[in-house]
Amino acid sequence: MKQKTDVLQGTLGLMVLKTLDVLGTLHGYGIARRIEQISGDILAVNQGTLYPVLLKLEQEGAISSEWGASENNRRARFYRLTRSGRKLLDSETRDWEQTAAIIARFFAVKAEDLT
Amino acid sequence: MRLLRRFLARLKNFATGRRDDQRLREEMEEHLAWQTEENLRAGMGPAEARRQAVLKFGAVQAVREKYHAEGGLPLMENLLQDARYTLRMLVRSPGFASIAILTMALGIGATTAIFSVVDATLLHPLSYPEPNELVRIEVDQPGVGARNVSMSQPEWKDLERSGIFEFVAPIVSGSTNLTGTAQPVRIAYEGVGPSYLALLGVKPELGRWFDPHDQTPGFTLEVVISDGLWKRVFGADPRILGKNLRLDNDLFHVIGVMPPGFHDPGRTAEERNTEIWAAVGFVRDPAQPPSRGTRGIPQAIARVKPGLSIAVAQSQMDALAASLQKQFPADYPAVSGWKVRLVPLKESLVGNVRQPLMLLLGAVGLVLLIGCVNVANLLLARASARGREIAVRQALGAAKSRLVRQLLTESLLLSLLGGLAGIAILLATKGLLLGVAPDSLPRLSEISINWSVLLFALIASVAAGVIFGLAPAMQAGRLDLTNVLKAEGRGTTGSGKQARTRRILVVTEFALSLVLMIAAGLLLRSFCDLFNVQLGFDPQNTMTVRTWLPNPNDSKTDIYGSAAQEAQFVREILLQNKTLPGVNEVAVGTRESIPLNHNRWPVPLILEGREIRGNQPPLVEASSATPEYFHLLGIPLLRGRLFSDQDNENAPLVAVINQAFARTYWPDGDPLGKRVKSGRRGASWTTVVGVIADARTESIEENSVPKIYKCLFQQSDQDTNSHKELVIFLRGRLDPARIPDEARVAVQSVNPELPVFGAVALTDVVSGSLSQRRFSMEMVLLFALTALLLAGLGIYGTISYLVSERTHEIGIRLALGATRGTILQMILRQGLELAIAGAAVGLVGALIVSHLMIALLYGVSPTDPLTFIGVTLVLAAVALAASYIPALRAMRVDPLVALRYE
Repeated sequence: MKQKTDVLQGTLGLMVLKTLDVLGTLHGYGIARRIEQISGDILAVNQGTLYPVLLKLEQEGAISSEWGASENNRRARFYRLTRSGRKLLDSETRDWEQTAAIIARFFAVKAEDLT
Repeated sequence: MRLLRRFLARLKNFATGRRDDQRLREEMEEHLAWQTEENLRAGMGPAEARRQAVLKFGAVQAVREKYHAEGGLPLMENLLQDARYTLRMLVRSPGFASIAILTMALGIGATTAIFSVVDATLLHPLSYPEPNELVRIEVDQPGVGARNVSMSQPEWKDLERSGIFEFVAPIVSGSTNLTGTAQPVRIAYEGVGPSYLALLGVKPELGRWFDPHDQTPGFTLEVVISDGLWKRVFGADPRILGKNLRLDNDLFHVIGVMPPGFHDPGRTAEERNTEIWAAVGFVRDPAQPPSRGTRGIPQAIARVKPGLSIAVAQSQMDALAASLQKQFPADYPAVSGWKVRLVPLKESLVGNVRQPLMLLLGAVGLVLLIGCVNVANLLLARASARGREIAVRQALGAAKSRLVRQLLTESLLLSLLGGLAGIAILLATKGLLLGVAPDSLPRLSEISINWSVLLFALIASVAAGVIFGLAPAMQAGRLDLTNVLKAEGRGTTGSGKQARTRRILVVTEFALSLVLMIAAGLLLRSFCDLFNVQLGFDPQNTMTVRTWLPNPNDSKTDIYGSAAQEAQFVREILLQNKTLPGVNEVAVGTRESIPLNHNRWPVPLILEGREIRGNQPPLVEASSATPEYFHLLGIPLLRGRLFSDQDNENAPLVAVINQAFARTYWPDGDPLGKRVKSGRRGASWTTVVGVIADARTESIEENSVPKIYKCLFQQSDQDTNSHKELVIFLRGRLDPARIPDEARVAVQSVNPELPVFGAVALTDVVSGSLSQRRFSMEMVLLFALTALLLAGLGIYGTISYLVSERTHEIGIRLALGATRGTILQMILRQGLELAIAGAAVGLVGALIVSHLMIALLYGVSPTDPLTFIGVTLVLAAVALAASYIPALRAMRVDPLVALRYE
């Protein structure tokens, strides 16, 4: 169980980038909702862990944020993908797909293939 | 790139102290509001909707901490926080802080001071370009037991042509008399091969140097002077070049001035202070090329070809020596084993101080280590008092690693503060410390507190901090929470383990100080033996003053050229000085006649009717003196007679030898009446007329060095290696403050052109010859006493601690009927046990160390039982004394109080 969350911690950043890529400018709650919708119950608890990740991405320059007004006119902080964030997303996506493909191939291997 | 940007952002937040707490709180509030709204829409009650939203968000505090950590530099923040905390604590317990910091300051300061000497003398390359190519050429004839013999001019040329060296420069060092200034001054002079400066890679500050390829035989009439002489005597005259100098009656003109700070890489302080250089070709008469056997070049330096290692150069040199021996069998008889050694120049300069310096560094390092152990002990004592604090913090959730880090920060801060204070002390006392160092220490002027020394101090501080911080920190890491918190109010923790750590520390401390004490004891015994040695001559109430007779190249201007001229001069000098106030006896001798204060410059010796082994006659110490010399120095005559005034320039040549000489060359026969030739080739037969007792005039360590004395009235040029320095011995009730001037007036009344210098009491000469030994002995002794004090404090602290730990137990024992004497014994035994354990370990270490320093000992064996037993007893006594105070306290424990206390 612990292992699982560790991996997810690492991928949370990538999910945030992809979400912002698809949906454009979004506030924290919106990102959390979106990730929850797509990933099921990963973020069902500990939604709060999203915020340190957002800060880290922002400090790395992958996303930027500013205060703005939400649809129902409440003050909210909006996050937006930057150009370097988009580059980061592209390369991370490639890496991820590569890794996933390799892992998939390993799973596909049966004992008789190795002889 | 991303990492850098993130780091910079964090650094900015850290530096500006900006916190995004507000932003996070707003965002969280926002988030929860949204979630609550959603939950409401899903049909929950308002309270439940809020609760579910909070649950879903997760642990707010954890998020905040993580967010916070992401925003700044947690490591640095913790470090700063710890440092601030430590400083506050140190201010609150000034006693502990000052003792710990002072201990470290002394330890680090002293270690750094010694290191700065080691750094300047041993570690730094010589301050000439490509110093690794520089070598000193030393010629040995091991077959006839001769080391460091001279070279001949053809041999020098052989070396130059060999292809092994880029340059080879012979050096003859001596004095010269500079006249024409306010007072005639004697100046240290060197006649050097023309390539000398090109070899050292130094350019004159002003003017030019001799042409390295100038092969003029004889002397050039050009000199280069030192920056010091230029400023001192010529007032830094910018038009000095081309000016004439009268040196030993010859006119020379100045062609260059050396750069400031240039020193000759000589083996003695006098050579290193050379101020005038002239180029010498080592050919007296161009029509008569010098022979291989005329070895008139006392020393030489060389620079090996670039890219040639000294080992390779040495093997090529060996091949060359072998081929020369084949080519000139008459000059290099196989029996002498003629060998040319290439010694790295730096080694020849500092080789003989390496061992004493390493000993000092080791000794001071041990003191620092003992200081560390003491501070570790102090910290442990504090840790036991702080046990509860640490346990409580741990119980409240502080991570162990965090606590250990905090304790280490504390000890590091302590030792850095100590190091800082140490450097401050060092800088403040730098002049004083340099004054203590003996002048004979080579490269003394290069000692400085530079970056590498400061870096060393920093490393030493950090290492010390880690060493003494480790034990308490580990102790804290192993803390047993339940027990500590249960032991209500006692304030002591994990006493079993901690007591063991403290015992180990004290045993270490004792072992280390025993090693140091024994090293110091052995050095002290060596020194005392030397100091109390029977000199064989009496240095009391005697002063020596020196003068220099000019030795001009133009023999027509040499007014002291013949033995008769010189004898007349010596007689007048004797007469003039005898009338000085307080003077009872006067004698005159050559440079070699001052006991313990001359370069040993043995001359070849030929015995009548005795065959010379190989081509190399044995070498003996020789000097010349007037008849009064032996009585003045109190050296008794054993057989025959001393010189008399009748042994003058017209009488047959006579010599007096010492007992060692007689024993060595006529072990069975009677030396009286035998004839010898000593000195250069062409010396005349001299008859031995007397035998005197042995005296330690050549070296304080050696009792019987064969020495021959000739009568100064019969001195001819052939005898003396053309040394023209005369020493006037004065004995009586002298006023050391007035003698220099009075003697100068007396000498200059005979010849106003002569320099008079080097006035010194003979007792100072004797103690001066021990200065380096005295220095290392005193330093090691000082370190050893410091170590002893620290070890005593360490054992006192530990026993006190054990007593306070056992107060309750002692109370019970007393209540059950133990006598106070038993208690006293029990505690003393504990102290003694620690001392014995320490001594056992220390004795093994001391044995190793004493064998390493065998070369520094004199007249005492490295396993000297007196020193070993004595020092061990002293240490045991200190241990007992240090345990006695706490033992007394234990004895006076009131059982009622002790038991009620619980």
